[in-house]
Amino acid sequence: MTADDTGDADAPTDTDIVVKPCRAVVRDALGVGVAVGLSGFAFGVTSAGSGLGLLQTCALSLLVFTGASQFALVGALAAGGGPFTAAAGAFFLGVRNAFYGLRLSQLLALPRAVRPFAAQWVIDETTAVTLSQPDRRARRIGFTVTGLSLYVLWNLTTLLGALGAKAIGDTRAWGLDAAGPAVFLALLAPMLKTTTERAVAGLAILLGLGLLPVLPAGVPVLVAALAAPIALVTGPKEDR
Amino acid sequence: MNAWIAIGLTAVGCYAVKLAGLLVPAGAMERPFVRRLAALLPVALLAALTAQQTFADGHALVLDARAAGLGAAAVVVLLRAPFLLVVGAAVVVTAGVRALGG
Repeated sequence: MTADDTGDADAPTDTDIVVKPCRAVVRDALGVGVAVGLSGFAFGVTSAGSGLGLLQTCALSLLVFTGASQFALVGALAAGGGPFTAAAGAFFLGVRNAFYGLRLSQLLALPRAVRPFAAQWVIDETTAVTLSQPDRRARRIGFTVTGLSLYVLWNLTTLLGALGAKAIGDTRAWGLDAAGPAVFLALLAPMLKTTTERAVAGLAILLGLGLLPVLPAGVPVLVAALAAPIALVTGPKEDR
Repeated sequence: MNAWIAIGLTAVGCYAVKLAGLLVPAGAMERPFVRRLAALLPVALLAALTAQQTFADGHALVLDARAAGLGAAAVVVLLRAPFLLVVGAAVVVTAGVRALGG
């Protein structure tokens, strides 16, 4: 995701004269919230299939509420990773949300007292919807509707997925072990815009797979993260 | 118990970075190098995780039905289909290949 417009976001322009109708913003927001919210089912199933209990699975969706980190954590635990390496991988994936928050705090201009509550909803999808709205009012509606619909659905479908995993038995037979990596791929694809990003992805895959047989579970992913600073230091100057 | 420790650390850490973004003054994280690093870090992590969860079986690298599923997901991604279809394609194709004995 990019947030390159650095000008005054609320300065009126020709395209803003027609105010975007509230219904259109809600429709955009619900489209994203419902589609992604439903994939909480895949998380619930994956988490239960990884050996986590119902309470643990639901706690992750309620308290962590950032999909990539959740999938990474249960994947690392299932692979036998220690709690600290597993949490470190999940945490580093979550760091991007800080930069979304930075952008959103300018666009939404939330009162300080509201920020601790809004913070839990600062994720890929709410940022994408908010950034695509034309003015502050539409952004606030977009952020709130996406955040609320996604939070409610994601937690509901997590519960259903975790309960369903027991009913369907062998989750591998249903191909559900492919859901986690497919989620990662769907999040990754739009980020691969320039040669630098593709080089980082390629190097990270080499490190992640190459070190897998020799390092403890969870550690190869952390080493693969070094592909990012390596590419920045060795890559073309305009990227620094 | 280990799982609860991991869940607690992840929950606190992930909430803290979300809140930090909303509270920290803009200047602190606006340095170009920091911005670029923050944008590239998820690229590296997601790429490594995709590859590992597709090809890893414990400490061994294997080629099984998941690779076919992720191949299908990649095609669906290239068609710019919605998120849910990408995950659905991976699951259905992986299950199909397993059912056929792959």
